[in-house]
Amino acid sequence: MELNEKSVKKLKEDFPIFKNNPGLVYLDNAATSQRPSIVIRALVDFYEKENANASRGVYTLAEKATERYAEARKVVANFIGANPNEIIFTRNATEGLNLLSYTLTSIIPQGKNEILLTEMEHHSNLVPWKQLAKSEGFKLKFVKVKNDFTLDMDDLKEKLTEKTAIVSVTHVSNVLGTINPVEEISRLGKEKGALVIIDGAQSAPSLKTDVKKIACDFFVFSSHKILGPGGIGVLYGRIELLEKMKPFNFGGGMIKKVTLSETEFTSPPERFEAGTQNIAEAIALAESIKYLEKIGLDNIHDWEIELVNYALKKLKEIEGIEIYGPSENKVGIISFNLKDIHPHDVASLLNDSGIAIRAGHHCAMPLMNRLGVVGTCRASFYIYNTLEDVDALVEALKKVMEKFGK
Amino acid sequence: MNHTEIPDDMYREHILELYKSPSNFGELEKANHEATEHNTICGDEITVQLLTENEIVKEAKFSGSGCVISMVASSLLTDKIKGMKISEVLKLNQKDILKLMGIKVTPARIKCALLPLEAAKRALE
Ligand SMILES: Cc1ncc(COP(=O)(O)O)c(C=O)c1O
Repeated sequence: MELNEKSVKKLKEDFPIFKNNPGLVYLDNAATSQRPSIVIRALVDFYEKENANASRGVYTLAEKATERYAEARKVVANFIGANPNEIIFTRNATEGLNLLSYTLTSIIPQGKNEILLTEMEHHSNLVPWKQLAKSEGFKLKFVKVKNDFTLDMDDLKEKLTEKTAIVSVTHVSNVLGTINPVEEISRLGKEKGALVIIDGAQSAPSLKTDVKKIACDFFVFSSHKILGPGGIGVLYGRIELLEKMKPFNFGGGMIKKVTLSETEFTSPPERFEAGTQNIAEAIALAESIKYLEKIGLDNIHDWEIELVNYALKKLKEIEGIEIYGPSENKVGIISFNLKDIHPHDVASLLNDSGIAIRAGHHCAMPLMNRLGVVGTCRASFYIYNTLEDVDALVEALKKVMEKFGK
Repeated sequence: MNHTEIPDDMYREHILELYKSPSNFGELEKANHEATEHNTICGDEITVQLLTENEIVKEAKFSGSGCVISMVASSLLTDKIKGMKISEVLKLNQKDILKLMGIKVTPARIKCALLPLEAAKRALE
């Protein structure tokens, strides 16, 4: 389905939040997306009609729940070009990265002791590695961000060595909207024998993902940013690696056999899903994926680009605005500052106009340092945003400037 | 749909005026109490410097950078505490600050309004 001003306005009706908050201009999609009623319905339906624990009972309801959960895993696998046994349900992208930071040491070859990240990582793809560096003696290196807001690939090549154990890079910057060349990064990482992790939290919403084409070892994303419910996320891992990795959590559902003296773990993905899973959420996540696929990821990305280009053109008319982001190869995220006005003041004033944007460091403090700012304002678009929303944003920003006497 | 109306709530005229020309902005030559508070969410950083004599605040200044709310709260607070007993300053709370400011501060921004008070109290403790 092609997205344009008209079809988007129709599609917006699928999202009850806009009915319940008339006039809401929601431009904080990089933080979390809104949910269509079909996804909300899926949660309610499961609890009202099908609730039982998966993988445990032999009665009809439990078998059905098991089947639905397995189906959801298939939908997710298909969404990113993986096999179902390579899909681990987590709580969110953050938990996926933490899982890796806890378990990868079991498969890192001797002599490799460096982790390569970038200056544009979200704290979720930074703090777990800092912890690992501290506890296991890894050395962290950071690829620079260039003045054009893209990754410095020469710097990456220089910092990637035979000692690099892990390369963990965001697919898309949650601040700049930059799309990083993840295929090239994977290839370069593999050449040095490193494990390559891609943080897909900001790419999964609007870029068609094919993990086999990227050729990364691991890929993480969160359901709540792709119209799905909260509390569930996805970790993809190459099966050859998952089979060698130790579990992250221990408990029920992840063991083949337990005696008082020994425990034998099950195969992936169950090995990494100890305890009762988020069954309803997995099913609802599958619904959100089906919804996105029906529209088409390419159509979604095209619309985001149309919105973001229209917004950039209009925003540049505002005197004293500073925009942080690349001119191409980006998603629907714009970071900016108004001259000498604190981002939180901008966001508060926009809120008075019913416009929701994010202001602050966006969990990317090292990137804020790199940009030389305490924070930025961030407007991020998704499938239900219209050109009218952009107009409202621009008008409100002009009012803010007036208010501050600029 | 018209979203362009900005109702004056937090950002009333008197607040913006004070933001543009705050009182007591700068550093004291002689201070015997000083503390800096950060708001990690928005990067605000306010330093309060005080000169006390006989348990009374004689001079108060603030420096740093922040949003309208934290800068204005700093200006008003430093004015207010001059001449106050240390023990009274330590008793000031959120309500007092909001009364000083004469505006409603949304929950997400309360921390900004309280930043200078936290700094002043820590300086005196
Ligand atoms: C690039 C990036 N990575 C990771 C995360 C963490 O996602 P979650 O909070 O859902 O775990 C985010 C969320 O803002 C993000 O933007």
